[in-house]
Amino acid sequence: MARTDRSIWRQALNAGIVAGIVSLLLALVGMVESFEARDIIHELVPMGQLLLVAPPFVLGVGTARKLTAGRAISRPLAGLVIGLVCGVVLVAVRLIGEAVNLREVFINASPALYEGLDFGRELLPAALLRLAASGAAGLAGASLALLGNRLRNALLQAIVWLVLLGLLRDLMVIVINRWGPITPLLRWMFAQRGLTPVGAASVFVVISALVFLRGGPKAAAKAARPPGRQRVVSLLTIGSITAVLLLLPPVLGTFFSQVLDSVGLYILMGLGLNIVVGFAGLLDLGYVAFYAIGAYTMGVFTSPELGFFNLTWFQALPIALVVSAFAGFILGLPVLKMRGDYLAIVTLGFGEIVRLLALSDWLRPWLGGSQGIQRIQQPTIGSYVLGNQMQLYYVFLAGCAIAAFVALRLKDSRLGRAWMAIREDEDVAVAMGIPPVATKLMAFAVGATFSGLGGSILAAQLTSVYAHSMTFIVSINVLSLIIIGGMGSVPGVIVGALALIGLPELLREFAEFRYLVYGAVLVGMMLTRPEGLAPEARRRLELHEEELIAAGGEPATVAVAAAE
Amino acid sequence: MRRTWRQRITFTDVVIWGIGLAIAAVVVVGTIATLRSGKYTPEAWFDLALSGLALGGVYALIALGYTLVYGILRMINFAHSEVFMSGPFTAVFVAQALNRAGTIDSHPVLSLLLITLVSASVSCLIAVLLERIAYRPLRTAPRLVPLITAIGASFFLQYAFRGLYGSGIRAYPTLDILDGAWNIGTFRVFRTDVVIIVSAMVMMLVLYAIVQRTKIGKAMRAVSEDKEVASLMGIDVDRVIVVTFALGGFSAGVAGVLYALAFPVVNFYMGFIPGLKAFTAAVLGGIGNVPGAFLGAMILGVVESIGPNLFLDGLGVPAPNQLKDLVAFVILVFILIIRPTGILGERLAQAKA
Repeated sequence: MARTDRSIWRQALNAGIVAGIVSLLLALVGMVESFEARDIIHELVPMGQLLLVAPPFVLGVGTARKLTAGRAISRPLAGLVIGLVCGVVLVAVRLIGEAVNLREVFINASPALYEGLDFGRELLPAALLRLAASGAAGLAGASLALLGNRLRNALLQAIVWLVLLGLLRDLMVIVINRWGPITPLLRWMFAQRGLTPVGAASVFVVISALVFLRGGPKAAAKAARPPGRQRVVSLLTIGSITAVLLLLPPVLGTFFSQVLDSVGLYILMGLGLNIVVGFAGLLDLGYVAFYAIGAYTMGVFTSPELGFFNLTWFQALPIALVVSAFAGFILGLPVLKMRGDYLAIVTLGFGEIVRLLALSDWLRPWLGGSQGIQRIQQPTIGSYVLGNQMQLYYVFLAGCAIAAFVALRLKDSRLGRAWMAIREDEDVAVAMGIPPVATKLMAFAVGATFSGLGGSILAAQLTSVYAHSMTFIVSINVLSLIIIGGMGSVPGVIVGALALIGLPELLREFAEFRYLVYGAVLVGMMLTRPEGLAPEARRRLELHEEELIAAGGEPATVAVAAAE
Repeated sequence: MRRTWRQRITFTDVVIWGIGLAIAAVVVVGTIATLRSGKYTPEAWFDLALSGLALGGVYALIALGYTLVYGILRMINFAHSEVFMSGPFTAVFVAQALNRAGTIDSHPVLSLLLITLVSASVSCLIAVLLERIAYRPLRTAPRLVPLITAIGASFFLQYAFRGLYGSGIRAYPTLDILDGAWNIGTFRVFRTDVVIIVSAMVMMLVLYAIVQRTKIGKAMRAVSEDKEVASLMGIDVDRVIVVTFALGGFSAGVAGVLYALAFPVVNFYMGFIPGLKAFTAAVLGGIGNVPGAFLGAMILGVVESIGPNLFLDGLGVPAPNQLKDLVAFVILVFILIIRPTGILGERLAQAKA
């Protein structure tokens, strides 16, 4: 589609206004201020400033990619316009803030924020600097469009890695300091805060070079290896991944083990929900209920506090799993006839009912009411208690490994194919002889079991359960992570859990804004890439059928080829 | 295909009816026990019922947004609870400013109208933006996609407002003219409740008239019937959808102020529970149906208000008021399972859901 020059500028103007509003929102919700203290590159690039220039940069990249017509020079110029408009918005609000006390309404419009916006200078030079910074970001983003795809991706990935490394500087240093002889080799990269300029430059160069070279002809050669060798390679990969996973806690220390435990818990729940939502296409918003049921069953059966039973953790585990599976079955029964959004709401209702019941005084003698259940047993092997975070990591790891194995095997089984058939078109699936009742119930029961397992391990980790923590938010966390990773994709669950659960645990500043970011990511993901970060081939096919057909070629082969 | 009754009844039905009967038994036994115990006076019941009606009025105005959007797009606007929250959470600043200036005491009605207008405009704006940014590009996507978008938008809005205005609670100033009650015989009628019920009814009537009598209302009904045919008839479908969201947002904003009259503290999380209840009300009355939303909301409000005391107190359940939300959710789940078309609903849920 050819666009006239005028519409280019209009698009740039619109994109600039959007960028300005996004930057402003980032500033006013307090993100800029709370990241101000974290430098990506020591004393040179603070994260807060990076957040302010990120929107014009990203929109510059996006807009320039859309502009295919016109002279090449118009694209960077459009980027410049985007940046300048964004800068104007920020400066305007800054000036309003000078005249009116915005803090009465927007609690984050504080002097600290203004100082950040002004780069600590007087108003006029600050305004000019702000315009220049935003303009440069927009220009840089749009100029990337002039480069080839391969180079652009390499540069963008290098930027992402740079930001990540800079943000996680403190943790990296803690870990590296444990490594003895290797420490000085890597320590020079990190400054007091963030990376050193030299370190940043070398990281940038190394990563962009690596990505650039990997995208070359070698990638194609890898796929062409003979099957026998592929098998050996994949066995080797699995072996080394297992070794790394087993060695992680002693290498990384207690704090990281705790983070990994949370990630493991969410991987477990994600794998379960992935079966219900991803495989069978039944949107379950009350997934937290099964996790609560698993944890509470563990509590009731092992805690001496309530005085009913006094089993060990491993004795109670099968009971907890069976109870969770049964709960999934019970929930599944009445909602079988429902589809889509009604199902989502009913399951949401179930989740809330379970939580309210657990909290109520009515069931206090059995479930502990708002005080929860304390003194839950931890897993023991012989007389050896798996008590601390590093030991529990192995319990989570074992749980995740089993769950992932089961999920992967189920996916290619008759049942898995039946789930996917129901997801794609229930009526057709039933017409082809798939029993809808049994198939859906199995999805609910298997999903609930995984979640119950997660809940049981969590109960052991905390040695207590509280209904207060079993809110709707947990269900949303799990749902978000499987959507980010890619619905129906098992590796996607792991990617999603690392990104959504691991990152906020590592970055305290981020934790405060995690739900804001989750929400934005969910919407953005659905709008631009509904199949997720690590998509499953079939799912991608479903969501992009029309585009793939339009692009030519038979859809199934195209999608599978694209996923390889 | 004709089958005997034994074949038509499945195991699932038996389970559902079993649970339903158990709940009905609890309700009947509990009610009888409570009434026989004579623990509550008629005045106490009247108080509960009246506040239930007021709550129902608020739910009705929120439910309208769900129902209108569902009627037209066949999607649950999950973020509607945040549309509801955004209005009163913003208007509280106006209310506090008016209070400081003393306007609230000198011109109470005018101030209240101004606050309501601000609240409704903000909610309206958020609803329209939501449609434009999040839902419009996904109109042809598979069903799950817009629903997930809506959930994401709901969280985004909640935490964006938390970031903007803070996570603490903010209080609305009290209006002196709404304090106190009229006495009719031995019954007390709180002014706030009356104001809420009357305004909610007026709003509902106005909106119903818009849907039934105006040109744009006719266009809305046409789009709800069949989008493609409507667009062939020269109806601008996009515009109709925007108007629908705007109307839903406006009434949610009004509902927000009414809610704030009853519970004068607002925070970023205030939308979730009323939103879910209002959705329940919309489903109870028959989603896609404006009078149904009103009826469902009133029933839900009253049942929720008197239900825990009436059904559960007699059974010796301690602190039945804790289970208020539980009553609403059980209604939600059961209505959706047993009669997803609701009380006044068309046979829409089964055909389209």
